[in-house]
Amino acid sequence: MTSGGLPVPGRTARPPDTHRQESTNLADILERVLDKGIVIAGDIRVNVLDIELLTIKIRLLVASVDKAREMGIDWWEHDTSLSSGNGSGDGTSPKSLAEENRRLRERIEALEAGTVAELEEGEADEGEGEPVEEEPVRRTAARRPQGRRR
Amino acid sequence: MTTVDELVWLYAIRLGGLDAPAGPGVDGEPPRLLTEGDLVAVVGTVAAPRFDEAALAASMEDLVRLEGLARAHHAVVVEAGRERPTAPVRLATLYRDDAAVRRLLADRSADFLRVLRRVAGHREWGVKVYVGPEVAQEAPALPAPDAGRPGTSYLLRRRETRDRDERRREHARESAESLHAALVERSAAAHRFALQDARLSGRAEEMVLNAGYLVADEREEAFRAAVAESAPERIRVELTGPWPAFSFTDWEQP
Repeated sequence: MTSGGLPVPGRTARPPDTHRQESTNLADILERVLDKGIVIAGDIRVNVLDIELLTIKIRLLVASVDKAREMGIDWWEHDTSLSSGNGSGDGTSPKSLAEENRRLRERIEALEAGTVAELEEGEADEGEGEPVEEEPVRRTAARRPQGRRR
Repeated sequence: MTTVDELVWLYAIRLGGLDAPAGPGVDGEPPRLLTEGDLVAVVGTVAAPRFDEAALAASMEDLVRLEGLARAHHAVVVEAGRERPTAPVRLATLYRDDAAVRRLLADRSADFLRVLRRVAGHREWGVKVYVGPEVAQEAPALPAPDAGRPGTSYLLRRRETRDRDERRREHARESAESLHAALVERSAAAHRFALQDARLSGRAEEMVLNAGYLVADEREEAFRAAVAESAPERIRVELTGPWPAFSFTDWEQP
């Protein structure tokens, strides 16, 4: 073995490795192995589009689930590989019940409060399909049709 | 020798060294070394039916399978790079046989040597910063519930909580930016990742900085000291690593 061209600095002064990959956060690993590292064209053509889609999926998760939801992007709730809930969309799934609970709770709060219109006019008489939202900007977010985005 | 039933998975390019990582690799296989001059490719023989184009495409869509591949790939790269400058290769880089990998080492040796020269004597450290606990102490008195106007006081309380959280986030962002600036001064290069949602970070607090730093061995102490000096009431700082230099292997970087 030769390591001619390049100096290999002494490693004696280093602190011992503290890395325990078993406990390393999966998101930390994925953002490195999927998105970083030397990019070389191999013989096997991994479907680049699919990997990009996956990277987008993970990026969305990493960036902000809530922000994605505001934008109407909610495929992970219907993607069985990413969600433990059953996103059957038949109106009886845990998610839709939770959503309905939330909506009812907010309407009760609004009714109980009674004077809600003094501060946030128009919010209480929002159409019945939409939950009463805390921040007006969220209501402007487009609701897209649900389902997997491929 | 590999046959048509087998493929070669490339983990990393390393400068010299005779020790192959113990593994197991992505297919449970023991990793091997292919040496061409100064360059060593850390590879593994994997079964073609599990790693051909169709199988890989399916694996990339299956988070459980993907997690297995990612963790195994990462573990082999970590082990391969313990003693020698090592450049990790992106997940799912595969060749038909050893000869193809040897050709790659020969054809692109100048490029690989340039990357290895950059990371030699350095390690990557990750820093994640979360909003700190400061407001717990400085919480202003919230308006008491008003029996006559329950809705008004409810909304006022809600608004006050929202404003307070926003101030807290702003302070955390400021402190995170000055920490980042201090860490950049103590590192050879820096890369900012997208912020992680609480569901992925596993922390209740909001993340305000997620970055990787390429730090020279002799500056690690100064780097760690800067991390330790961050304002504890405003931000919580989590140091991860050392990582293989995943984030600093772009061909174009200086």
